[in-house]
Parts: sequence; structure tokens; C-alpha cells
Amino acid sequence: MKYRLLGPALAGALLSLAPGAQAIEFTQLQPGKSSLGFVSKQMNVPVEGSFKSFRSKLSFDPAKPAAAKAELEIDLASIDAGSKDADEEVASKDWFNTKTFPVAKFVSTSVKPLGGNRYEIAGKMSIKGRTQDLSTPVTVTQQGNSATFEGSLVLKRADYDIGGGVWADFGTVANEVQIKFRLVASASKAAAK
Amino acid sequence: MWDISLSVRAPRKLRVLAKIALPARTMTPIPVPDSKTSYTRVAIGLHWLIAAAIIGSFAVGLYMVDLPLSPQKLRIYSWHKWAGVTIFLCVVLRLGWRLGHRPPELPAAMPAWQRSLAGATHVLLYLLMFAVPLSGWLMSSAKGFQTVWFGVLPLPDLLDKDKELGDLLLQLHMLLNFSMASLVFIHVGAALKHHFFDRDGVLARMIPFLGQSQRGEFR
Repeated sequence: MKYRLLGPALAGALLSLAPGAQAIEFTQLQPGKSSLGFVSKQMNVPVEGSFKSFRSKLSFDPAKPAAAKAELEIDLASIDAGSKDADEEVASKDWFNTKTFPVAKFVSTSVKPLGGNRYEIAGKMSIKGRTQDLSTPVTVTQQGNSATFEGSLVLKRADYDIGGGVWADFGTVANEVQIKFRLVASASKAAAK
Repeated sequence: MWDISLSVRAPRKLRVLAKIALPARTMTPIPVPDSKTSYTRVAIGLHWLIAAAIIGSFAVGLYMVDLPLSPQKLRIYSWHKWAGVTIFLCVVLRLGWRLGHRPPELPAAMPAWQRSLAGATHVLLYLLMFAVPLSGWLMSSAKGFQTVWFGVLPLPDLLDKDKELGDLLLQLHMLLNFSMASLVFIHVGAALKHHFFDRDGVLARMIPFLGQSQRGEFR
């Protein structure tokens, strides 16, 4: 709610700095328009999967990217790993151990502009009780009252102890897993010019 | 085409076996295959190569479907799919070769209905040799698991992922396979009948030394 007061002041300040720019902050994740997918390689065959249930707290003001923040919580039980067999398998202790660790979490620590509509977001990713530093470029596309944050990055499953036991060998399921995210957020409050 | 009957003789064991297996009263010599009565070496090679690969893949397919998910299962599935693509390509080669090389004539004494039946069986077997790997490929696509030949060459996915279509194609793949197994059964039964009852050299067209063993023993 503090942005309600901040908005007009900010907009005024921006007008003098960047004529035409609109002060707007994107905070409300639109789960229906957002997607969180991944591609694993099994016997060198790319297999698509996704998570259906995730939440995000974020705030992104294109005028102040360095102040942006993002948190993402993923319900691991909502996985679609490509087949029913695989969904059951990845919930097991060798994989996500979903019963003990139901949620994976990402918390941003910094956002850097890379020029144009590209930014680099860094943060900490926690899965299965293990936390790793992570950074990835994000492309932000603004459309009226909403913005789309898109990017892809590669995680190494072994960093998080995902897929141990008989699955530890990377010959059948590769260590590298590509994550593809597309988060759509709307502005909670758009300040007028 | 050279006459291989001059250079190859069946091993002694086989000749003895043939003698035991054949009742004395039916011991008319089986015609010796030559270039007019035998398939070409390439056709014979492809026939037996594809036969072995199909029987092997069929057995692996039956075995793998009920395995619990494991790295071994993923490997076996991949091998099965690689074998399927390989068989398909061999069948393309084989059909191409056959179109350029007429198969040897059937025995003149063979009744017309048997000729028709043999022709129909062969046409169906060819159709299934194409249809079985194709249905497997489409099933893989529909189930969301692309086929990457030997883990190197990705085949395009002609279908988008669709669980129900995938299950339907699995049923089709099985139906086509069991149809093929039935036809192979008939095909083998007919070949054995020609060899042991009709003794007309039909099987020797595809296994040249059978004819020679007869010549060696009974001349």
C-alpha cells in the first residue's frame, strides 16, 4: 500500500529524468498465464516436464530494476515429469523426497540491468534442503498493465541431490536440466504520468 | 549369378539331421536352387537379418513393458526404438531390392489358392514390417518421448503429446505386433510344410544349403 503514496511522487521524478517513461510496478503473479517447465535428457532424448503449482512474490519497477525482488515457491508434488510412472518415481527419496521437502524456493539477492529489456537476476535456490547460488538472464516484456518475465537456465540435478541411488549415473538421465520459466505479473498500481 | 552349390556344402551334422528328419518313403530329392530358383544373396541376407531383428525386438518389447521404472528400463526402451528404426530402414532397402530383383518362381505344381495365400501373406508381412515401427514411432511422439536414433539422430515428432492418443497407439502397436506374430507363424508353418511334406524346394530358395544337402545325400 505504501506504493499508493509513493507512486505519484515517483512518477513526477521520472518524468523529468526519462520523458515518456511510465512508473509502474509489477507485483501480482498471474498463475494462469505463467508457466514453469523443464527439459531433462533421458538417453539423450529431451523430455519435457512442468510444475503446475507455484507462487511468487515479486516487485519489479522498470525504472528501478536494482530494487526489484522476486521469490518463487514451487510445489514439487505438482510435477508433470512426462508420464505417470515418472511422476511417482520423482516423488521418491532418490529424487525430490517430496514428503519431507514439499517446496522448492528461490529468493533473489540482486537484479542487474543488462541493457535493453534484459536483466540478470541472482539469488539462492533451495531444493531438498540444499541451497545453491544461481543467476540467470531474464527478458522482460511489458504489455500495458502486465509484464512477462522469461528466461531459461540450466540446473545440475546432482547439486541438489536430485536423482541418487540407481539414477546417480548421468548416462541415462543427464545431470543438466534446463529450466524454462515464463512469469506474467500485473501491476498492482499504475501511476499516471 | 554364380552357382553357390559348387562351393558350399552343409556341415555334416546338418546333413545327418536332415536324413533323420525325413521319412524314407518321401525321399525324393529336393530341387537344387540356382539363380532361377533361389533368392539373391542380398535378399537372403536381408530376410534373415530382419527376421532375427524382428523376433528379438518383439521379445524385448514384451519383456520391457511391465518393468518398473529404472535406468535399465529407459535404456531398454531406447534400444528397442533404435532397433525399430533400423529394421524400418532395412525393410526399405529390402523392398527396393525386391522391386529390382524378381523373386524366384514358385513350383509349377503349386495350386492357385496356395499361390494367392502365399502372395497375400507376403504382402501383409511387408505392410506390417512398415506399420509396426511406424506405429511405435508415432506412439513415442504422442507419449512425449522423442525417438533419437542411437541417441544421436532425432526423428521428428509427427504428433504432439497427447496421452489418450498415446495409449491408443500403444494398443495399435500391440495389435499390429500380434498380427505380425500370427502371420510369421503361418509363414514359418508354410515354409516347413513345403520343405517336409511337399519337398518342392520352396524353403531352399531362402536357405540354399538345404537343397545341396539333399543332393549330397541322395544323389
